[in-house]
Amino acid sequence: MIMHWLPYVAAAWIFLMGCYGLVTTRNLIHAIVCLGVAQSSTYVLLLGIGWTRGGTAPVYSDIGPHRRVADPVVQALTLTDVVVGAAVTALLLALTVQIATRLGTIDPGRLRSEEPE
Amino acid sequence: MSQLLPLLVVVPLAVAALLAGLGHLLPRPVADAGAIATAAGCAVASGWLAVGTRDQRAAAWIGDWRPRHGESVGIALVADGWSVALVLLTAVVVAAGLVFSWRYLEETSATYHALTLVFLGSVSGFLLAGDLFDAFVWLELSGVAAYALAGMRVEEAESVHAALEFAVVNTLGGSCALVGVTLLYARTGELNLALVGQRLHAHPADPLVALAFALLLVGALVKAAVVPLHFWTADTEAAAPSPVCGLLSGAMVAMGGYAVARWWWVGFDGVLSRHLVEPLLVGLGALTALLGAVLCVQQRHIKRLLAYSTISHSGVALLGVGLLDEHGFGAAAAYLVGHACVKVPLFLASGVLLNRFGSVDAHDLAGRGRGLPATAAVFAFGGLGLAGIPALGLWWGKAALEHTLGVDHLSWLVAVVVAAGALTGGAVLAAAARVFLGRTAAGLMLAPAVVLLALGTAVAVVPWVGGYGADAAAVFTDRRGYVAAVLGGAAAPVRGYEPSPWTVSGLLLAALAVALAVLVAAWSLWGPRIRALVTVGHGLHRIHRAPMPEQVGWLLAGAGVIAVWLAR
Repeated sequence: MIMHWLPYVAAAWIFLMGCYGLVTTRNLIHAIVCLGVAQSSTYVLLLGIGWTRGGTAPVYSDIGPHRRVADPVVQALTLTDVVVGAAVTALLLALTVQIATRLGTIDPGRLRSEEPE
Repeated sequence: MSQLLPLLVVVPLAVAALLAGLGHLLPRPVADAGAIATAAGCAVASGWLAVGTRDQRAAAWIGDWRPRHGESVGIALVADGWSVALVLLTAVVVAAGLVFSWRYLEETSATYHALTLVFLGSVSGFLLAGDLFDAFVWLELSGVAAYALAGMRVEEAESVHAALEFAVVNTLGGSCALVGVTLLYARTGELNLALVGQRLHAHPADPLVALAFALLLVGALVKAAVVPLHFWTADTEAAAPSPVCGLLSGAMVAMGGYAVARWWWVGFDGVLSRHLVEPLLVGLGALTALLGAVLCVQQRHIKRLLAYSTISHSGVALLGVGLLDEHGFGAAAAYLVGHACVKVPLFLASGVLLNRFGSVDAHDLAGRGRGLPATAAVFAFGGLGLAGIPALGLWWGKAALEHTLGVDHLSWLVAVVVAAGALTGGAVLAAAARVFLGRTAAGLMLAPAVVLLALGTAVAVVPWVGGYGADAAAVFTDRRGYVAAVLGGAAAPVRGYEPSPWTVSGLLLAALAVALAVLVAAWSLWGPRIRALVTVGHGLHRIHRAPMPEQVGWLLAGAGVIAVWLAR
C-alpha cells in the first residue's frame, strides 16, 4: 500500500519543495534550479503512473511479445517534458547572465531598485 | 479540408527554422517579406478553413494513427469555427506586428522573425490540438518564444528582468497544467481530449478529477492574466517591444480563455458541478475586470496602462466563458477578437511614441504629440473602442455579453462590464488627450494599426460575422459533436442563435460606457485628486511591482484557492 502511494507523495513533495525555494529565493540561479526541481516532480509523477508490477522496459527487441511491460507512453511524455524544461532553463540562464551584466546583482529582491525608474 | 490543419502548424515552424538557420545570409527585407508572407498565408488558409467550418468540424489524425477499439496513441488536430477564427486572429496579429517591426525594429536580426513565427505556429498548434499533452507542449513552446521575444532587447535591464519574471511564473503555471494532464492520464489512460471526456463521463467525479481540472485552470489562467495569476502581465508589457506586447495581449491572453472553455466543454461539462465552476470563473473574471480597470486610471506609463487594461478585458472575457453556456462563450470569444483588434493598434501606436520621443510617459510627453495626427486618431479610436462604442471592435462581444447576462439573471454583472470599458477607455482617452492636445508621419508603422481597427469594425458590424460566431459557439459547446468528429460517428447539426447587438438596451449601455469613459478621462485630466483613491491606487500599483518570488507566492495562493474551491 505504501509502495503504491510513494511515487505520488514523492512527486507532491518535490513540487512543493521547488515552489518553497522559488518563493524564498535570494538568488536567480537558485530560483532557476528550484524551478527545475518543481518541474522534475512531473517526471516522477509520470513514471509512477506508468509503472507496472513485474513489468520490464517496453523494448520488444529482446523480450517476448507477451511479457508485461511498463507503459511506453509515459517515457515519451517524460522525455518531451525534459526537452521543454531544458529549453526554458537555458533561456532563463541566458537572461540571468544579461541581468548580472546590466544590473550587477542577481538578488530578485534588489533588481527593481537597481533599475532606472 | 482537414489535410490543411497540420500545415497551419508546420509551415510557420518550417519557415522559422529556415530563417533561424539562414537568416544571417539573407538581406533583412527578404526576412521581413518572407515572414510576413508566411503569416499572411496562414491567415488566408485559416480564413478559408473558417468559412468551411462555420457549423461543423474538421479533424485530422497525424500519420493516420486513428484510435482502434477505443484506444488511441495517435495525435489528433481538431478545428471548429472558433478555434480556426482564433488561428486567423493570431496570424493577423503576427502579420501586423511584423509589418510594424519592418521599420520599428530595424536593428534586429532574422532571429526575431523566426521567434515570431515559432509563436504563430505553436499558438496554432495549441488552438487546434485535440490532445492534452500536445496542448501542453504547444503552450510551453509558445511560452518559450514569447519569453525570448519579451527579453529580446538585452541591452535594456528592465526588459530582460521582466522577461525572466514572465518566464518563471508562466513555466510554473505550465508545470501545474502538466500535473493536471498527468492526473487525467492516470485516471483515464488517455491523452486525447475526446476520449478523456468520454471516460470521465463514464464515472462520477471524485476529488482527483476536480484537482486535475483545478491544475489545468491554473495553467490557462496564468496565460489569461487572471487575478491573482496576472502579475507577470504589467511588468512584461511595460518593458517588452511594442509589437511583442501586441502578440501577448492579442493572442496569448486569448489562448488562456480559449483553453478554459475547450477543456470545460469537452472534458468536464457534466462531470464537475456547474454550481461549483460557474461562480469561481465568473467571480475571478469580475474581480480581474475591476482590478485591471482601477489600475488603469492614474497610470502615467502608457504601455503599463495598456497592460492593465488587457488584464481588465481578459477578466471580462473570462466572465463570459464562466457563464458556461453557448451564448456566454460566443460573446467571450467575440470579445477577445474585438479586444485584439483594438489593443494591438494601441500598442503599435505607443511604439510609435516610443520610437519618436524615447518615452511613453504621458506626463513627459504632454503636448508633444501634436504633429502626429494619425497616431492621435488611433489612440482616440482605441480608447473609444475599449469603452465599447458601437460598431468598433469590442462592441459585438460586449453587446452579446450584456444580453446574455440579462438572460441569465445576472444583470448586476453588466455594471462590471460597463465599468471595465469605461475605466480602461477613459484612461486611454486621458493619456491621448495629454499627449496629443496638451497645452500646446509614421506611415508604414501605423498602417497595420489602422487596418486592424478597420478589421475590428468590420467584425463588429457585418451581420454574417455575428451569425458565424453564434453558429461556431453552438458547435464549440457541443461535446457529442466533438467526440463524433474525432472518433468517428454522426453528429446532429447545430445552429446558433445570435441576438442582434443593435438593440435599444445595447445602444444605451454603450452610450453609458462611452459617456463614463469621457467622464473618467476628463476627471483624470482636470478633476480634483481624492487623496484616499490616490493612496489606494499607489498601493495597488506597488503590489504589482512585486519581485519575482512574491509573484510566485501569489500564483501558489491563487492555485490553492482554486483547488480548495473545486474540491469542496
